[in-house]
Amino acid sequence: MSNDIALQAIDLVKHFSTGSSGVLGRATSIVQAVDGVSFALPTGKTLGIVGESGCGKSTLARLVTRLIDPSAGSVILDGVYINTLSGKSLREMRRKLQMIFQDPYSSLNPRHSIGQIIGDPMRIQGIVTKSGEKAEVQDLMQRVGLNPEHYNRYPHEFSGGQRQRIGIARALSLRPSVIVADEPVSALDVSIQAQILNLLENLQKDLGLSFVFIAHDLSVVRHIADQVAVMYLGKIVEVGDSATVYNRPAHPYTKALLSAVPVANPSLRHSDQRIRLVGDVPSPIDPPSGCRFRTRCWKATDLCASVEPPLQADATGRAVACHFPEEAPVAIGQSPQ
Amino acid sequence: MSPDVVLSVRNLSVVFHTSDGDVVAVNDVSFDLRSGETLGIVGESGSGKSVTASSIMRLNNSNTASTTGSIIVSGVDVLTAEEDEVRRIRGSEVAMIFQDPLSALNPYYTVGKQIAEAYLVHHPQASKADARVVTLEMLKKVGIPNPEKRIDEFPHQFSGGMRQRIVIAIALINNPKVLIADEPTTALDVTVQAQILDLMNELQTEFQMAIVLITHDLGVIAEAALDVLVMYGGRIVERSSVEALFSEPTHPYAWGLLGAVNSLGKSDRGALVTIAGSPPSLIALPTGCSFNPRCGYAMEICTAEVPSLREIGSQGSVSACHLPDDQILTIGRKAASL
Repeated sequence: MSNDIALQAIDLVKHFSTGSSGVLGRATSIVQAVDGVSFALPTGKTLGIVGESGCGKSTLARLVTRLIDPSAGSVILDGVYINTLSGKSLREMRRKLQMIFQDPYSSLNPRHSIGQIIGDPMRIQGIVTKSGEKAEVQDLMQRVGLNPEHYNRYPHEFSGGQRQRIGIARALSLRPSVIVADEPVSALDVSIQAQILNLLENLQKDLGLSFVFIAHDLSVVRHIADQVAVMYLGKIVEVGDSATVYNRPAHPYTKALLSAVPVANPSLRHSDQRIRLVGDVPSPIDPPSGCRFRTRCWKATDLCASVEPPLQADATGRAVACHFPEEAPVAIGQSPQ
Repeated sequence: MSPDVVLSVRNLSVVFHTSDGDVVAVNDVSFDLRSGETLGIVGESGSGKSVTASSIMRLNNSNTASTTGSIIVSGVDVLTAEEDEVRRIRGSEVAMIFQDPLSALNPYYTVGKQIAEAYLVHHPQASKADARVVTLEMLKKVGIPNPEKRIDEFPHQFSGGMRQRIVIAIALINNPKVLIADEPTTALDVTVQAQILDLMNELQTEFQMAIVLITHDLGVIAEAALDVLVMYGGRIVERSSVEALFSEPTHPYAWGLLGAVNSLGKSDRGALVTIAGSPPSLIALPTGCSFNPRCGYAMEICTAEVPSLREIGSQGSVSACHLPDDQILTIGRKAASL
C-alpha cells in the first residue's frame, strides 16, 4: 500500500438487525445500512461523501472511526488495520483519527468548561503535561478563532458557530492526521457556514490534515472536496474528482441529485433541464434487486433488475456503478437519453 | 387596500416577556400580499421570520407575548378579533404548514381522519361520508398514490415527503386564500424538496392562493418567490422583487448572504465570502442598525440611528441602510455578480 493513502476502507459492510431474535425465534429483518463500500483517501486531501438521508453516510463515518464495528470489511489508517486493535495501539489510533459532529449543542458536555473540553483529551493521551495544558489549549482556541480569555466559560455561553469551533479545537487537540466530519456545518446559518468552511480549509493547509467530509448539501461538498463519493442505499454509486463528478455526472442518480438542488438564480427558474425523481428512497431493509436505484431511474431495463452493476472506473479515474451511464459510448445497444 | 390584497400587515411588533428581559422578536414589520403571489421571507435563526408567521395565525401566547400593529385578512384584524372569528379565519382563510411534518400530524389518527376533521370543522353541515369524498379528492391532488387505500393509514406509514403532502392536504382542504409555509422543505432531502416545491407551485395555480414562504435557503427563494423580505434582528432590512434581490441587492446583509451562497456555488476553491461575527442576541440588540457590528461599511451614524426603509434604484427595492444610494447600487451589483 502506498504511503500516500491516509485512510482506506475495504468492502465495509454494516448490517443492523431490527427487533429481537428471542427464544421464540421471531423473524428479524436486516437493515443493510452500508453494503460493500471501499475508498482511499490520499494524505492532505478531502473526500466528500454525499447522499440523501438513509443512504448510510453517517454509518460509514462511524465505521471508519471505529465507533461501531463493521459486519465485514476493514479500515486501514496509516497502513494499520484498525479493526483488530486493542489497548495501547487502539488508543494511538483514536489519537490519529478524530471526528467533528453535526450538532454543536449535543456534542459538547454542558457541565465542562471549554478548557476541560479541549484540554482533557490532551492530558488523557499524554500529549501535554498538566502545567503546559492551559497554554496549549489557549493556543488552539486562538487557532480556531475563539477568544483565549474564554477558557473558563461553558458551552451555553457560546453561539452555534462558536460551539462548532470548540468541537473543531477538541478534534485538533490530539494532533490527528485524519478528521472525519459528519455534517459539520448543516446546523449553522448560511453566513456562519462559510466561516467554518474557511476555517477547516485553512487548518487543512497549515496542518496537512486529511478530511472525510460528509454532507447532504452538494454545494458545500463541491467547495471543500477534492474527491466526491455519491452514496445511495448503502452503496457508492459514483466516485471521482470533484470537478468531474459535478460537471459531468455519469450516474443517473448523481445527475438527478445535482439537478434537484435549487439554484440561487431566479432567471433559471423555469428551465426544463430539471430531472424530477419520482417516489422516495426504498427501505434499506428490503432494497431492490440488481441496481438499487432502478425503481426511481428513468433508464432502467430488465438488466438493471437482475444484475447489479459493478463500480467500474473509466479513463478519467472516475468510477460509476451503472449499466447505462451518461456519456457512455452508444455501442451498448441502448440509445442514451 | 386594493381588492386583490388578501393579507395586509401593518407595523407588526411582537415582544416576548422573559425572565431575562423583554425580547423584541418582530419590530415594525409591514407588508401586503396579493392573491396568487408568493412572498418569500428570508433570514437567519432569530431574525423574526417564524414569529411573524405565527402572528398572522394569532398563535403567540398572549400571556407571554404582546403583539401590536394590525394584520388584516378579509377585512378582519386578526389581532383584535374575537376568538370565534379567529378560529373561523384559521384554516378557512389562512392555513399554515410547518417544517417537520411528523410532529405536525397526530400519530394516533389515520391521515384520512385528520384531513376530514379540518374539513368538518369549517363545514359543520357536511356528513362524514361527504368529508371522506372531499378528502379522497384532496389526497389525489397532492399526489398520494393509491389514495383509496392510504386514506386509512397512519402517519408513521408514510415517508417524510408523503407526510408533508398530507400536511399540505390538511392546509388546503378548506381552500384558504393565504398559505403560510414555514420552512416547508427544510427537513426533506433535495430530490423530495424539488417534488414538494413543484407541488406547491401547481396547487397555487389551481387554488389561486397567496403563499408566504419562510426559508433560510436562498436557492428555494430563487426558485419559488416573487417578492422577498429580508429580515435581520426582527426588522425588515430589504424588500425587493426576487430578480432585484439577485441582481441588485440593496442591503449589506443581503450582500453577505448572496456572497456566501454564490462563492459556495463556484467550483474554484478560493476562500468563501463570509459575514463576520454571529447573529445578535435579541435581548441586547446593538444600538442603531442591528447589523452594524457585522457590517463592513458601518459609519458613525449606524450605531446611533436606526435606518428607515427607503426606495433605492429603479427596480422598486426598499432598503434600510444609511449608505448613499449610488454607493449601495454599485456595491450591490458587484456583490450579485461575484
